[in-house]
Amino acid sequence: MADHILEMQSITKTFPGVKALSGVSLEVERGEVHAICGENGAGKSTLMKVLSGVYPAGSYGGDILFKGQTCSFSGIRDSEHAGIVIIHQELALVPHLSIAENIFLGNERRGASGLIDWHKTNAEAAELLASVGLREEPTTPVGQLGVGKQQLVEIAKALSKEVQLLILDEPTAALNDNDSAHLLDLVRALRDRGITSIIISHKLNEIEAIADHTTVIRDGKTVETLDMADPDVNVDRIIRGMVGRDLEAFYPDRESNPGEVVLRVEDWTVKHPNQDRLVVDGASFEVRAGEVIGIAGLMGAGRTELMMSLFGRSYGKFVSGKIFMHGKEIHTRSVASAIEARIAYATEDRKAFGLNLIDDIARNISAASLGKLASWGFVNHHEEARAAEFAMKSMNIKAPNVKSIVGKLSGGNQQKVVLSKWLLTDPEVLILDEPTRGIDVGAKYEIYTLINSFVDAGKAVVVISSDLLELLGTCDRIYALSAGRITGQLPKAEASEERLMTLMTKEKELTA
Amino acid sequence: MTVTAPRGSQRKDAPAAAAVVKTGTSEIRELFTRNLRTSGIYIALVAIVALFAGLTGGASLGPGNITNIVLQYSYILILAIGMVIVIIAGHIDLSVGSVVALTGAVSAVVVIQYGQPWWVGVLAALATGLAIGAWHGYWVAYVGIPAFIVTLAGMLLFRGLTLVVLDNVSLSPFPADYGQIASGFLNGLLGGAGYDVFTLLIFAVAVIGYAFNQYRTRKTLISYNQLVPSFPLFIAKILVVAIAVMVFAWQLAIARGMPLVLIMLAILIMVYSVIMQRSVFGRQVYAIGGNVVAAALSGVKVRTVNFWIFVNMGFLSAVAGIVFSSRSNGAQPGAGNMFELDAIAAAFIGGAAVTGGVGKVVGAMAGGLIMAVMSNGMQLMGIDQSVQSVVKGLVLMLAVAFDIYNKRRAGSR
Repeated sequence: MADHILEMQSITKTFPGVKALSGVSLEVERGEVHAICGENGAGKSTLMKVLSGVYPAGSYGGDILFKGQTCSFSGIRDSEHAGIVIIHQELALVPHLSIAENIFLGNERRGASGLIDWHKTNAEAAELLASVGLREEPTTPVGQLGVGKQQLVEIAKALSKEVQLLILDEPTAALNDNDSAHLLDLVRALRDRGITSIIISHKLNEIEAIADHTTVIRDGKTVETLDMADPDVNVDRIIRGMVGRDLEAFYPDRESNPGEVVLRVEDWTVKHPNQDRLVVDGASFEVRAGEVIGIAGLMGAGRTELMMSLFGRSYGKFVSGKIFMHGKEIHTRSVASAIEARIAYATEDRKAFGLNLIDDIARNISAASLGKLASWGFVNHHEEARAAEFAMKSMNIKAPNVKSIVGKLSGGNQQKVVLSKWLLTDPEVLILDEPTRGIDVGAKYEIYTLINSFVDAGKAVVVISSDLLELLGTCDRIYALSAGRITGQLPKAEASEERLMTLMTKEKELTA
Repeated sequence: MTVTAPRGSQRKDAPAAAAVVKTGTSEIRELFTRNLRTSGIYIALVAIVALFAGLTGGASLGPGNITNIVLQYSYILILAIGMVIVIIAGHIDLSVGSVVALTGAVSAVVVIQYGQPWWVGVLAALATGLAIGAWHGYWVAYVGIPAFIVTLAGMLLFRGLTLVVLDNVSLSPFPADYGQIASGFLNGLLGGAGYDVFTLLIFAVAVIGYAFNQYRTRKTLISYNQLVPSFPLFIAKILVVAIAVMVFAWQLAIARGMPLVLIMLAILIMVYSVIMQRSVFGRQVYAIGGNVVAAALSGVKVRTVNFWIFVNMGFLSAVAGIVFSSRSNGAQPGAGNMFELDAIAAAFIGGAAVTGGVGKVVGAMAGGLIMAVMSNGMQLMGIDQSVQSVVKGLVLMLAVAFDIYNKRRAGSR
């Protein structure tokens, strides 16, 4: 019999009105990397919160055995004491404190006097940093590090607590390929040191590359645990478990027949809001009716900045440039006027910029269309509720009703609320910034389908994505952006990851 | 594919069976736990009224005293209406006490020193309040200075200007017609023996309006498959409210009739409730408080909305200033001292969130009444000012703690 460091036996957890977990079982072997997959809302995060004591013993059903002992954690401190450390998707570091201070936060290294021993703190931190392969001074403020390095600090912090079971929730969601690869190498190195890891991820390629076993969860239940050494187990096999069916194709087919030009942007140039440098430099592009175009670019290329500045000058300082809708120049100096010109922009960070998380579905969906839903300055509640109900049905938003609070929905459903909000404004050009970031395979497919039906109705779509495969799968044409300049465009037939990457990394001098 | 629902088409009424209607004691428990956050404040108000009625041997519910509470705390409630809007948008206003003093002083100078009619004083005070609101709004909305700083500066600035306007002395008395604003009554319009029929009639109409409105809301909720209390419980709730209101009306009717201030306050509460719940402006205030960036990216003109929130606060401060100067029959340099704290406390006790995006006008009124009934009750009992202050501080603390505890228990996944 395998040596199980962790056994979770038929865990159930109910929230008012929702059964989040109904009998999840999980067995993790000592010293392995165990992946957990499932669609958003399947119950992965809830399961991990049960395990780490965020939901204290007694608030859920079932048993947790850690190293053969039944556990009843009443909080994170208990689980950390036992050697279980969870690193959340949203990092929990204090930006103004140094790396060393963050690592030992709540666990300070004290001298004989009871005061903090800074030499010991920094020396130990330096050791920990070396063990995670981060070459930074322990005294550097965390806020000066990139997300990838912050992730490493979190792991160093976990190591300082003598972690035996490390839980990583979407560790690479915000990382670029390089940082992701480094992080996965580190997880392998930790495995060699005998530290067991549980990884939750939507990036199935990574899971295939790193996991020893994968447990698939669907609708609050364990579906199966796959042995990744089995040659029959691959990404498609995992997807089948997650959605309970084969996705014929990852990207739904669409017949492309672009019409006349809807939106044309000429020589768009924007300055950084408080630095004297150009973030967008003479960008020109166009999108036709019934067409999806993509904007490819590395982090910091100015993709989001370009689109936000087009959308009512929401970013930076306007320098020059013209926008044409159907060949007529428009002047959109505010978001309201951009919406009126029938442009819609769904932000990349739906939680921070796209939604009012403490408000309900109906009010979020109507937020950009209040003018249309109101007469004499007063909102017509019936119209609003009807529009929201219509959106919930047509978008397949899973929630009890239109008065449900948006903050409690899963990522995929939140994204559908964002899309509903913009579709309600009846746009001709829909700009989608990272439309599928952090949402699961099934919801991604639904969103691609929505994009397709939108362009089939003769509208135009602009997609920004860090996922080149997503751009290749959904777009008719792809523009590449590098350092604020459009460095080229490729029609679907000619585009490939390699050719896009070449354009995306093209230096300024070469294009001159 | 657009999500625009067909306009004008009749909303199909969902069958009542689809609505979640529960019955029995489990329902009452459920109703309490689920609605503790929203209805907790009203339960607390009833409990405090009952407590002080007991402690004062019923004196706090006597006809004279009820009228007194209305007159004495009306200006705090007026301020609390504006304050809860400011707080929902995620700001704060520390200056309202000073603004009450300055607007009252301006009015007093115009009416008492220059001998102008009462309405000229009122207009001068309102103009002053609007100008002050625009001043605050400019710095908060267009320059981007946190409201805490802007209104802290305003608190000092306008207190100083009050001293300048009044030349450091009190001005009194106002002519009798100015005094009517805060101490006037509508009495005997429809006659009545020992009680004022008109007062009772007004309240009866209000109760019927309330019941009708509740019934409509309930019907709407059911048609949207929302959880609603069972019908007997719904009727019971309306009956309790109706009886409480009519008892209150009776006490007013056998005292001095309908206070003018109460009519004004009722109109303000109704108008501002509708604005906050139904108007585009109100929705934009909630949107800004909930997530300012998301609001901006949805086309909300954040600066404009913030500006008008403060202009409105200035306006309501002026209204409170007029009522207060009328009630105290003059203007004093120290008028309105600490009013801002009472108004802020009312908003928070009434369920507004420190982080913005949450709160209701009626909640703030209940919060203000809790403070009013407590202060008044303790005064009747002859409790020392120092103890009163301690009790009020603790109540504010507990109210917000209770709110936070509830939110944590409701928990999000």
